Amino acid sequence: MRIGIDVGGTNTDAALIGDGGQVLATVKSPTTEDVTGGVAAAIAGLGATEASAVMIGTTHFVNALVEAARLEPVAAVRLGLPATAALPPLVDWPDRLREAVEGAVYLCHGGHEYDGTPISALDPGELRRVAADIRARGLRTVAISSVFSPVSADSERQAADILAAELGPEVHLSLSHEIGRVGLLARENATIVNAALRPLAGRTVAAFAEALAVAGIRAPLFLSQNDGTLMDVDHARRYPVATFASGPTNSMRGAAYLSGLTDCAVVDIGGTTTDVGILNGGFPREAAGEALVAEVRTNFRIPDVLSIGIGGGSIVAPEGSVGPRSVGYRLTAEALVFGGGTLTATDLAVAAGQAVVGDPARVTGVDHERPLKIIAERVAEAVDRMRTSAAPLPVVLVGGGSILVGELPGFADVRRPDHYEVANAVGAAIAQVGGEVDRVFSGPRESVLAEAKNEAVARAERAGARAGSVRIVDVEELPLAYLPGDATRVRIKAVGDLDLEKIDA
Amino acid sequence: MDIGTGLLPAFARGCAVLGSGGGGPVAIARAAAMQALEDHGPVAVVRPGDLAPDTLVMPVGTAGSSAVMSERICGVNEPVHLRAKVEELFGAPVGAVMASEIGGANGCLAVAWAAVTGLPLVDADGMSRAFPGMDQTVMELHGVPPTPAVVCDERGRTLVIENVTGRWLERLVRASLEAFGGQVATSEYILRGGQVAACTAVGSVTRALRLGTSLPEPLITGKVAETSGTILIEGLGRDLGRLARIEAGSEFHAVIEDGAPLALVPDVIALLDTRTEEVLRVEQIRYGLRVSVVTVPCDPIWHTPAGLRLAGPAAFGLAGLTGEGRPS
Repeated sequence: MRIGIDVGGTNTDAALIGDGGQVLATVKSPTTEDVTGGVAAAIAGLGATEASAVMIGTTHFVNALVEAARLEPVAAVRLGLPATAALPPLVDWPDRLREAVEGAVYLCHGGHEYDGTPISALDPGELRRVAADIRARGLRTVAISSVFSPVSADSERQAADILAAELGPEVHLSLSHEIGRVGLLARENATIVNAALRPLAGRTVAAFAEALAVAGIRAPLFLSQNDGTLMDVDHARRYPVATFASGPTNSMRGAAYLSGLTDCAVVDIGGTTTDVGILNGGFPREAAGEALVAEVRTNFRIPDVLSIGIGGGSIVAPEGSVGPRSVGYRLTAEALVFGGGTLTATDLAVAAGQAVVGDPARVTGVDHERPLKIIAERVAEAVDRMRTSAAPLPVVLVGGGSILVGELPGFADVRRPDHYEVANAVGAAIAQVGGEVDRVFSGPRESVLAEAKNEAVARAERAGARAGSVRIVDVEELPLAYLPGDATRVRIKAVGDLDLEKIDA
Repeated sequence: MDIGTGLLPAFARGCAVLGSGGGGPVAIARAAAMQALEDHGPVAVVRPGDLAPDTLVMPVGTAGSSAVMSERICGVNEPVHLRAKVEELFGAPVGAVMASEIGGANGCLAVAWAAVTGLPLVDADGMSRAFPGMDQTVMELHGVPPTPAVVCDERGRTLVIENVTGRWLERLVRASLEAFGGQVATSEYILRGGQVAACTAVGSVTRALRLGTSLPEPLITGKVAETSGTILIEGLGRDLGRLARIEAGSEFHAVIEDGAPLALVPDVIALLDTRTEEVLRVEQIRYGLRVSVVTVPCDPIWHTPAGLRLAGPAAFGLAGLTGEGRPS
C-alpha cells in the first residue's frame, strides 16, 4: 500500500492506494502551522498503520518564495567573464525578494561556449578570494552558475570543488546545470531560489519524517517533483525548487489515473482559481519557455497551466459576474449555504442542484442560470486556449470546486471521476521515477538521439527506477538557428516504476 | 530628449513591435539596457539634423543566434572595442551611435551601448524594423558602402572586413560566428552626420517610444486556429466569422484574408497576446492563443522598386503577393 499526501496552503489531502491500484481511503484535513501535525493527522485519518512508501507533494517551498519569508541569503557566483558582465545575477528580481535573497554577487572567470570550449580559464585564486568573502559575510548557501553549463558542467563542478574545500560541508552549494536548462538568467534565478530554500528544505523534510514516525509508519518517504516523478528525501533536501509545480502536476496525474485517460484536458477547480492543463501520454504538457514564479523569471520544468479566477469560493457580483475575488478558505463560514451572507459560486451550484453542500434551503430562488452559464463558458474558453488542435479532447474535472461545472460548451466528453476531490493526493501516490537530458549536441541526428536516450534511461535508473520498466516519454529536438554545424538542442525524458528494493539497498 | 530608466520600458516595447515577430530576445537586451542606464545615466537622443556634417556616426548591433544570446549574455566592453577600431579606421572620433536595426533586441542594445560609451544616440536606424540580413538596410539602398566593417566580441577579438558588398559582408560575418561562439557585435555602413538625414530611416527611436505606449487599431483580433505550415487566425468578438492567414519565416511576412494581403512585408506585422498585451515572437505562436494582429508601416523607401527587390515579398518567397491595397 502507498500513501499519497498533498500538503497545500489550506488543506492537507491524503489517499491510501492498495497494491492493486485501488483507492482504499481518502481524507481532507486542515494544514497546520508546524506541518508535522497536519501530516500526522492526515495519516491517522486514513486509518493506515503501515505502508510500503509515502509520497508527499507540497506547496510549502513555492509559498515561501511567494511570501518572501523563511528564505536564506545567497552568495551568487557566476562563471563567464568577460562575457555576461552586462547583466549581473539578481538584476531582474523584484526588490522585495532581492532584499530577502541577496547575500552577495560575484562575477568570475570560467564558463563555456555553445560547443563546450572554455570562454576563459577558471581562476582558482579568484574563487578562493570569493570563498574568503563568503565566509567573512557569514553566508551559508551558494548558487553557482556558468555559461552553457547544460553543454559542459566542467566549470561549475571545478568551482564547486574549490568552494567546498574552502568553505567546508556546512555551506550548501547549488549548481545550475542540475536545476535548469539553456537560458542563463532564468536557470541562474532558479538556482538562486533553490539555494535560498535549502535550510528550509532541511527543516521541512525532517518535519515530514517526524510526522511519519508519530503516525507509526516505517516506510521510505518521497517528495513529488514538478514533472510528476519522485525524488528521495536526500534529493529533496538538495533540490527544493524541484517541488515548485508539484501541486498542479499531481492533480493532473491523479485525474489521469482516476479517469483512466492518458490524453485529455484536466480542469482543477479549487476555492479561488481554476487551473487548466493538458495531459499527453499520462504526463502534463510542460511550459515551453520561461515561467514567472513570484515575479522571478525561471526556466525549470513546470507544467503548462492556465489559471483563471474562478473557484468554489468566488464571489458572485449583483450583475452576475463571478470572481476573481473569493472568500477562499472562509467558504464554510461565508457562503449562503453555510449560513453566511456572501453569494458564492458554490451557492449557485447548490441552487442548481449540481451538488448538495451545506443547507440547500438557504439558496432556493437564487438566480443561478446565467452566472453558471458564464462560468461554463469561461472554463471552456480556457480549455480551448490550451488545446493544440481542433481534434476532440476529453475533459476531466477534479478538485472540490468542480461541482460548479456540469457541461462545457464545445466539449462532448466531460467527466468527473470518483475521488475527484483528492486527485492531487492520488497523483502523489502513483508517481514514478524519471530521468531527463536537456543539452546541446553536435553530430549526426541518429547517433545524437541514441546517445541522449541512453543517458536519460541511465539517469532514471540511477534515480531508483526498476531496470526494464523505463520508457522514453518525451523527445524534443530544437535545431539552433544561425549556428554552424549540426548543433541541436535535445530534450528527452524517461520514466519507470519505483523499485523499492533499490531504494532500501 | 533623453532615454533613461523611466522611458526604457516603452522604448523596448516599441522595439519588440518593430521586430515584426523576429529580432531576438528583447527581454535580455532590455535588462542589459536598464543596467547600463543605471550605471552610466540616461542617453541623449539627437536629431539627425543636429549632427555636424562631418561627425562620425557608428551603427551598432549584434548578429548570431537568439539561443546563444540568452545564454552567453553580452559583456560590457563590446561597444568600447568597436569604437576604438572604427576611430582607428576612419582617423576621427565617433560622435554618435545609431541602431543598425531598431526592431527587436538590437534596438535596446543600441541604448545600452550609447550609455556605456557616453555617446548620444541618433534618432534613426538602418532598417526601420527587423530584417534577417545585415545588408537589408536603408544605407545599402542609398549606396553607402557597408565596409570597412568591424566585428568583435566582449574582449576585443576583432575582425575588420573590407572591400565587399553587403551580401558578402553577411556571408563573412556568418562564417565567423562559429569561432566567436555564435554571437558577435558589429558595426557596418559607418557614415557621417551629413549623410544620416538622407541615407537612414529617420525618427526610429522616437517612433519606437510612441509605439511602446500606443498602437494602431488591430487588423483582426481572434484566436490562433492552426500553426502547422501557416498560421490561421479565427476572428472573435466583432471579428467573428473572419479568417486570416499569416505567413512567417524569421519574422511575420504577410497577413492574408480572402486571398488579399491586409499587411505585407516590408511593412511591420506584430502579434500581441490579447490577454497580457505581450508582443509575441514567431516561435511563441501556439494553437489557442488569443491574439491581436497589428501593422505599422516601414520606412517608405522599402516600397521603391530597389527596396522591394532587397526586402520585399519576393525576397521572402512570397513573389505572388503585392502590397497593392495595403492600408496607407
